[in-house]
Amino acid sequence: MADHAFGGIRIRNLYKIFGSNPGAYVEAVRNGLTKTELNVKYGHVLGLRDINIDMPSGSIQVIMGLSGSGKSTLIRHINRLIDPTAGEVLVDGTDVVKMSETELRTFRRQETAMVFQKFALLPHRTVLDNTVFGLELQGVGRAQRIDTAMRWLERVGLKGFEQKYPNQLSGGMQQRVGLARALANDAPVLLMDEAYSALDPLIRTDMQTVLLDLQKEIRKTIVFITHDLDEALRLGDQIAILRDGEVIQQGTSQDIVLRPADDYVANFVKEVNRGRVVHVEAVMTPLAPGNGAPHGPTIAAGVTIEEAVRLLASAPEGDITVVDATGKPLGRVTFRQLAGAMVNAQETGHRAVA
Amino acid sequence: MDWFYTFPHMNDDMLRDLKKTIDEGFRGFTRSYGDVIESLFTPLQHFLISAERFMLKTPWPIITLLILAIAYAATRSLRIVAGCLVTLLLIGYFDMWEDTMRTVSMIFVCTVLSIVIGLPIGILMARSNRMQRIVNPILDVMQTMPSFVYLIPVVMLLGIGKVPGLIAVVIYAIPPMIRLTDLGIRLVDKDVLEAADAFGADNRQKLFKVQLPLALPTIMAGINQTIMMALAMVVIASMIGVQGLGQPVLKAIANQYFTLGIFNGMAIVGIAIMFDRVSQAYGKRLQKHREIAHG
Repeated sequence: MADHAFGGIRIRNLYKIFGSNPGAYVEAVRNGLTKTELNVKYGHVLGLRDINIDMPSGSIQVIMGLSGSGKSTLIRHINRLIDPTAGEVLVDGTDVVKMSETELRTFRRQETAMVFQKFALLPHRTVLDNTVFGLELQGVGRAQRIDTAMRWLERVGLKGFEQKYPNQLSGGMQQRVGLARALANDAPVLLMDEAYSALDPLIRTDMQTVLLDLQKEIRKTIVFITHDLDEALRLGDQIAILRDGEVIQQGTSQDIVLRPADDYVANFVKEVNRGRVVHVEAVMTPLAPGNGAPHGPTIAAGVTIEEAVRLLASAPEGDITVVDATGKPLGRVTFRQLAGAMVNAQETGHRAVA
Repeated sequence: MDWFYTFPHMNDDMLRDLKKTIDEGFRGFTRSYGDVIESLFTPLQHFLISAERFMLKTPWPIITLLILAIAYAATRSLRIVAGCLVTLLLIGYFDMWEDTMRTVSMIFVCTVLSIVIGLPIGILMARSNRMQRIVNPILDVMQTMPSFVYLIPVVMLLGIGKVPGLIAVVIYAIPPMIRLTDLGIRLVDKDVLEAADAFGADNRQKLFKVQLPLALPTIMAGINQTIMMALAMVVIASMIGVQGLGQPVLKAIANQYFTLGIFNGMAIVGIAIMFDRVSQAYGKRLQKHREIAHG
């Protein structure tokens, strides 16, 4: 396993219909039967329709949607807590759907770990005993599993709380236990089902930071479910937006904010703090290639507008050069452009398309 | 119009023949298989006899200390231990020690048997709805059928003595054990079970690491109920030859000895309260982790 690079997750043509005889309606749904028709005429509920998502290894894939959009159903297909009606779920090249019960159990023990919205800790076990749970199921020796668990508890900031019971901890700390329990498994896939939705806003931001910091070293393939667009934009290397069981847009945070696929997404994006999401290259005036060396202050591509403003505000009058990773100038951006982009959705939209 | 006023019942002769046939059939069954069935129950009888012998042969101060030690280990409450001590001393002082020890040993064996049989049945019931549909009506019958009715075939098969008494008591006392095991496992938080699934637990691991520990407080309530119901059966069991506190009560009823009845009745109440408080306090201690909430 060690010398094999994890191949990521690919979901192919995934359908899920809930009801007494779901198999009978897949064809009809494929041919365009709508969710409402299916429900009214046949009494079945369409959970997911034709989901296709590629989640590259080592990145954070966010799946965003409101309640009832099917996001929690979708994440449960990856470790097959829910069986699909049709389609494939390829994790590291193996179709999870075709696994036998024993294979599935081994897969869940070795390849995936999950964090839950309601924490789902064992109330009769201490923090430490909760953290070793996954390793215990795998049959790892006692000394080794305690060693691993202690390391992760320390890493998520719970040193000194090992002997407490979950009920004695706040929500944020309980979810740290949930995170430590999942990380102790050292599985390549980390599934996070609305992991932070039950936490209050300050703690949530805090936990997002914890996850981003951790990801820099662990480089797992993380699937993160949320209904909060700000959270999605902050965490996601890739974001898929789900509505009524269908993916309506996939892309990076820039794609979602700058080029919403339809009014539904646009409506979401409207409320977003653009300064913290949009990168400077989306608003700059591009330079013709080979247009000499940069003069004045420079800023790296990929920096957000807000940071650029902070930099410009303390710099002398004038504009600023955007450079790429090698120091090559890409374009110039003015204070006016940046300020405009922060308050005016149209401005950045146009320029990005142009 | 005669049929309107008296229920048109089966022909008298036919009914008599029917009862006779069933009776004879059962008698024949008893004659040919009675010994075999009795030998099946010998291990149980040995268990009963050795439990009783232990309680009676061990000097009373040692038994008292033993009971107090168990009470303390289970409850960690000096108040309950003091209560137990006073009860035991009073029972001994009024010369009911031997009968009490017989009853306690009987209750102990009945409870152990109820747990050993009831727990697996309860687990199976929680696992399958069909099993629950089959077992539930049987439990209803066991709880409502007057004990004397099922004592008849038991006495016919095994005669009068300890083992038939034990069977009668267990039939009466086991339903809460089964029902509360089933309920406790079914009430386990679905989210926690899903987490166990997600981490790849097999059925055995789910049962022993998640379901049983989380159902334990409910199961303890079942054991408590079983003990109480077993004690309630002591007097009835004494009618078929079970020794202990029930027999003096029976004698008191027959001869109208008021004081004898009251004393032995109070002794039964005394050990009932002892068992109840100790097992309840133990059940509560098991869920201590639920009570210390974050705040």
